[in-house]
Amino acid sequence: MMSNLTSAERVMAMLITGAGVLVGLIMAAAGHGDAFGAHGWVILIFSAVLFFFVAQALYDPEPTEDRSTAYYDDPTKVGIILSLCWAVIGMAMGLWVASLLAWPDLRFDAAWSSFGRLRPVHTSGVIFGFGGNVLIATSFHIMQRTCRARMPNQILPWFVLLGFNLFCVVAASGYLMGITQSKEYAEPEWYADIWLVVVWVAYFTLYIRTLARRNEPHIYVANWYYLAFILVVAVLHIVNNLAVPGSWTGAKSYSAFAGVQDAMTQWWYGHNAVAFFLTSGFLGMLYYFLPKRAERPIYSYRLSILSFWGITFFYIWAGSHHLHYTALPQWVQTLGMTFSIMLLVPSWASAGNALMTLNGAWHKVRDDATLRFMMTAVVFYGLSTFEGSFMAIRPVNALSHYTDWTIGHVHAGAMGWVALISFGSIYALTPVLWRRETMYSWKAVEWHYWLALSGTVVYVFAMWNSGIIQGLMWRTYTESGTLRYSFVDSLIAMHPYYIARAFGGLLFLAGACIGLWNVVMTVRRVPRLTPELDYPTNSEAMEPAVPVAE
Amino acid sequence: MTILAILIPVTLCMGVIGLAAFFWSLRSGQYEDLAGDAERILFDANDTPLKSVKRGRVDTPKETTP
Repeated sequence: MMSNLTSAERVMAMLITGAGVLVGLIMAAAGHGDAFGAHGWVILIFSAVLFFFVAQALYDPEPTEDRSTAYYDDPTKVGIILSLCWAVIGMAMGLWVASLLAWPDLRFDAAWSSFGRLRPVHTSGVIFGFGGNVLIATSFHIMQRTCRARMPNQILPWFVLLGFNLFCVVAASGYLMGITQSKEYAEPEWYADIWLVVVWVAYFTLYIRTLARRNEPHIYVANWYYLAFILVVAVLHIVNNLAVPGSWTGAKSYSAFAGVQDAMTQWWYGHNAVAFFLTSGFLGMLYYFLPKRAERPIYSYRLSILSFWGITFFYIWAGSHHLHYTALPQWVQTLGMTFSIMLLVPSWASAGNALMTLNGAWHKVRDDATLRFMMTAVVFYGLSTFEGSFMAIRPVNALSHYTDWTIGHVHAGAMGWVALISFGSIYALTPVLWRRETMYSWKAVEWHYWLALSGTVVYVFAMWNSGIIQGLMWRTYTESGTLRYSFVDSLIAMHPYYIARAFGGLLFLAGACIGLWNVVMTVRRVPRLTPELDYPTNSEAMEPAVPVAE
Repeated sequence: MTILAILIPVTLCMGVIGLAAFFWSLRSGQYEDLAGDAERILFDANDTPLKSVKRGRVDTPKETTP
């Protein structure tokens, strides 16, 4: 890793990590006795580990290669491994919280292990830890390849990747200590939020600078999806996290908005986080890795551009469908509902476009589990976007809202679409990135595929059943006009489905563990791809400029 | 609902940024050769950056033939 950095860059890295140590120390001292101080220690240790990692390689020989002849892939490699580690952690936490609902005794009577603290570790772990790292790693790969240009800088990608992971660590450790803003998917407190803004600006700068260096006149559509993801998430994050800290040395802050205003801001953020964090970037992944793996150009490139602009303009307005039948004005609810239904058009355009790309390559889908991961992800994307539009209709929402149907819908999207396209992309990317002939075990990829698919199906069906039963029980009245079932009655009715849900999660987690093992074994055991090319591919190959025979 | 006085302008602003990006892409010839653009990402025989020739940053290509 370090051998590709020049000594000036190593010094720069030491300065940045040294500053991190300093900030951590100040936070630890100023926030002594508060969770803020504990986070100071987290930041200090994270920065110190990196500092010493750089320091021990400070006097290593300078890189000799001519940098412009190769892409810079080291951060992508680390990002892929980190994402899979987060996947295992986040999904294990998911399994735990799912089990807590079926067997509440698994709490072990500790404060940190209560459902309210563990659940955000699961959601942030999978969304930001797993999803975020996959997005950052694949975006580094795709932007360089489609621009046919190397990244402009070797420090900035590390800053983005490791800075983002620091945010994830601070977030997850904070939840266990009880630090939360109580905003779903935006739980981290003000200092973590400010740090994420810094990291995100660096990310945007890196992306734009790479695009500016491109040697290919056209900006491939995947880049547009990634750019929308970066830009919109920045705006959403800043507006939703506007808050006043109670003290500059304490973790607690108070939202700038109150009541239904706060709820509206939160769900404007929340739904667009789904749109631009969990959809836009992953569509970028889809539009690059699916054609690559199928070895066919996208069915209609024109349609892919059209659906990009469709999604970008429609999604922004859909958030208020989370607040049907609340204090939110009726017309705002109707606006959200209308745009949610309109969204089906660009969503299905993308799904249809991807499936049509596979037309003529179905034999590859049959034989290649990696491509099958992507194909199945597209099917789940189509299903869950239809379901989402359907559930946003106000009378349907009357049944589905606050029930497990919503959980089922989210997981059809998160497991079926986001995770499957990520795993497919990782399996497609790993051999390319480490220049290996193939994955270590194709059987393990098959196993992962079937475990992931069956886990998703078990999970989603369990939640559909439990959600609809729950919704119907809550609205059943007796002849005298009173509620027929108590809340506990509905809980008892859901118990078997909660067990099934935990089982589905277990299958999915097992698949992710196999995935991590397979990628690590590919890196460690599979021999390097011997280049059978008649032109130099890297600096080593470039050495013998004169053929040996002469 | 004073919050809408913030959220709607912010949302419109984002829409305008999107629209500006769209018009830029339209005028800078991004959509001139869609079939070729879709095909070109599949050429991966040589997984290296192209030699930069833009804005005067000409990297002189190394002699590879004796």
